[in-house]
Amino acid sequence: MEMVNLYINGKEVGAPAGSTILQAAELAGIQIPRLCYDPDLSALGACRLCVVEVKGNRLLPASCVTPVMPGMEVFTESPAVIEARRTILELLVANHPLDCMTCDKLGDCKLADYCYQYGIKESPFVGEKHDYLCDDSNPFIIRDLNKCILCGACVRACEEMTGQDNLSYLYRGFDRKATTAGDVPYAESDCVFCGQCVAVCPTGALTEKTMAGQARRWEIDRVRTTCPFCGTGCNFDLALKDGKVIGVLSNPESPVNGRSLCVKGRFGWDYIYNEKRLTTPLIKKNGQFEPASWDEAYDLIAARFNEIKNEYGPESFAALSSARCTNEENYLVQKFTRAYMGTNNVDHCART
Amino acid sequence: MLLVGTNTTEAHPVIGYKMRQAARKGCKMVVCDPRRIDLVDDADYWLRHNPGTDIPLLNGMMRIIIKEGLEDKQFVAERTENYEALKETVEAYNPEYVSELTGISVEDLYAVARLYATTDKAMIFYTLGITEHICGTRNVMSIANLAMLTGHVGRPGTGVCPIRGQNNVQGACDMGALPNVYPAYQAVTNDEIRAKFEKAWGASLPGNLGLKIPEMFEEAYAGKLKAMYILGENPVLTDPNANHIKAALAKLDFLVVQELFLTETAAFADVILPAASFAECDGTFTSTERRVQRVRKAIEPLPGQANWETICQMATRLGYPMSYDHPGQIWDEMASLSPSMTGINYDRIDKIGLHWPCPSTDHPGTPFLHAGKFTRGLGNFQPSDHIPPGEIPDEEYPFLLSTGRILYHYNVTTPYSKGINSMWDREKAEVNPLDAEKLGLQTGSRAKVTSRRGEVISEIKVTDRVMPGMIWMSFHHSATPTNEITSHILDPITGTGEYKACAVKIEKVEV
Repeated sequence: MEMVNLYINGKEVGAPAGSTILQAAELAGIQIPRLCYDPDLSALGACRLCVVEVKGNRLLPASCVTPVMPGMEVFTESPAVIEARRTILELLVANHPLDCMTCDKLGDCKLADYCYQYGIKESPFVGEKHDYLCDDSNPFIIRDLNKCILCGACVRACEEMTGQDNLSYLYRGFDRKATTAGDVPYAESDCVFCGQCVAVCPTGALTEKTMAGQARRWEIDRVRTTCPFCGTGCNFDLALKDGKVIGVLSNPESPVNGRSLCVKGRFGWDYIYNEKRLTTPLIKKNGQFEPASWDEAYDLIAARFNEIKNEYGPESFAALSSARCTNEENYLVQKFTRAYMGTNNVDHCART
Repeated sequence: MLLVGTNTTEAHPVIGYKMRQAARKGCKMVVCDPRRIDLVDDADYWLRHNPGTDIPLLNGMMRIIIKEGLEDKQFVAERTENYEALKETVEAYNPEYVSELTGISVEDLYAVARLYATTDKAMIFYTLGITEHICGTRNVMSIANLAMLTGHVGRPGTGVCPIRGQNNVQGACDMGALPNVYPAYQAVTNDEIRAKFEKAWGASLPGNLGLKIPEMFEEAYAGKLKAMYILGENPVLTDPNANHIKAALAKLDFLVVQELFLTETAAFADVILPAASFAECDGTFTSTERRVQRVRKAIEPLPGQANWETICQMATRLGYPMSYDHPGQIWDEMASLSPSMTGINYDRIDKIGLHWPCPSTDHPGTPFLHAGKFTRGLGNFQPSDHIPPGEIPDEEYPFLLSTGRILYHYNVTTPYSKGINSMWDREKAEVNPLDAEKLGLQTGSRAKVTSRRGEVISEIKVTDRVMPGMIWMSFHHSATPTNEITSHILDPITGTGEYKACAVKIEKVEV
């Protein structure tokens, strides 16, 4: 791979030819603020927060779309850059609700993080503010476009990750919106509720409804696991607060799916808390199920399985194992069936 | 990408996204499906062949490839056998005949055959649209024939990819939850292998083949099978010809079901053991690409114990002590007995899974198979003639019913997700506008769908996704148990039900 040498903040760094300044800086361990840039999406260069100073260049180029050149001298935190970033943040905040104390995204909101970093408390720019109704039309995603900064990550994710093409920009100027065709609520649109838009949104504009009011982002524990639905093998993190699952969050390190999921993986997990879950063994007595202790259940099972095996032979027993259960559980079921019940009558729904 | 009988964006959404991305980057995509599935919008060709005509379609393509000399002569010569038989069989499938059987134009047949044969890296994807037929095994063999004929096997970006339906259907097979093999597909009929497992498990093991699922229910119905243990399956809703399944379950002397919910199947049980969900268990799932990945316990099991503990305690109480400290120990025991998985352990798959075969702990895993050599040595062409569905529409039952999954549901667990069920809570059977008009049906109408095996009531969705003469239904909703009407006919080799084709009649029901 052809490498290009350049200087970032006075330090000589190397980067593959064709890299952007932002990527070269990341390779060198230098973080450049960004809102619209997302490594999984095409570069847009819209938010301008990633501007840097390049020696010999009168303008401050956006580092996410500017390729590196040999010998280039880049400054990522020069006074002019900081001033530009502050102004951009002030402009964004001028039309953004400052209700961070109750915003579910705080702790994982890039806008808030950069405002903190650059000391932006409020905006000197006073003007009209959006007053959109919150789209609460569906059980999965809350869409509060008052918090949208028009970075377009949701539009790109819908098109480039899912290929659903449900989102685009509508209207002009101050009224510009990243929204559905016809500007209808998600539930009335072609949305397939994969939630990729939520996974890439840098602010509180798009959030997981199941997590609303459940936890501050920094209180959430994550446990990485594998999706229990189809055979694709997607990984994600179960989001936990106080030992309870409150949602599913994408894990960018998932080898199969990256941050992509479908409606079932991202939002279908709540069956685990359905009140119809069985939590105790049940024994049928006179046609009715009655709660029983584990001991009672095991005793009855042991007595009946053993009786039947002794009376009718091993071939009178069969086990149906499960394509939904783990490898380890399946191993145990077939081992028990073969080694103790003495039959190869074990199967699962691979064929049905 | 040649897709045959896979509605990937709905049944395997994330794989579907990747197919769409590839198509939009210029990868050619051919969709062969009687239904206008979503991927048709991104496809270069859509072959809307009649249900149950996959073999003629594939044979027709192979005949064109051979006639035009587009086969991979070197691959056929060096890596395969029985080529002459293939050539002889497909000879009868001239384009005009195939066009008549399948409904595909001669022009499209030529175009797709040439495209597939002349593309250096071409993959075939299929799912249950291929296997859930009376000729499911023959369909799969015909796909393999096409891939071998063109040398599209054993290199990155080629091959035949059956996308596995369930999260761990691959793993359940790998673990030997099958009546003919121990873990890692080691035959129960092989004396040497059986001796190995007898030693490891401290028991004498049977050397005869066990019963497949449909045979289990036959034997139960006949009164020969007396007791069953069912873990995490709901055949009453998911197996074909469900009224027969129910009758068989009712005849058992003793049934134990281990389940999350009091399912339609659990209702037949004598004892129900509460199960733990995926969020409550440590373990592994093996994905469709044979990638073994970790499942991690995030919360305490709602029933108080994980499933593996329940199985161990049950076996121990019966008289066969099973005891492990952690599922990792269970995996290690299995791996020590399974040459193709010996190299996989929990430490190695902590971050990224591994594909088996993985014979040693320094082996990197095997992302694709058949490089240089097939498991049996030479690839064996096994040609097939056209086998029509076991039950075809007639005067009394004039419609063809086909079934499958929808995006928003996954078999029969997702109806327990309140979010999902609040949006998609009922069956919406797809009927073509031409038929709907004749039957007096509109979207939202209700209809009775009847086969020789039963009847169900469903809401109707009028859509040209299905062709005239066809109705398509899912099987997710207990209020419309579609499998009470699906076919009783099975693939004779695998015992897989012919879910994709049976004959029904449709009558409007006034609400």
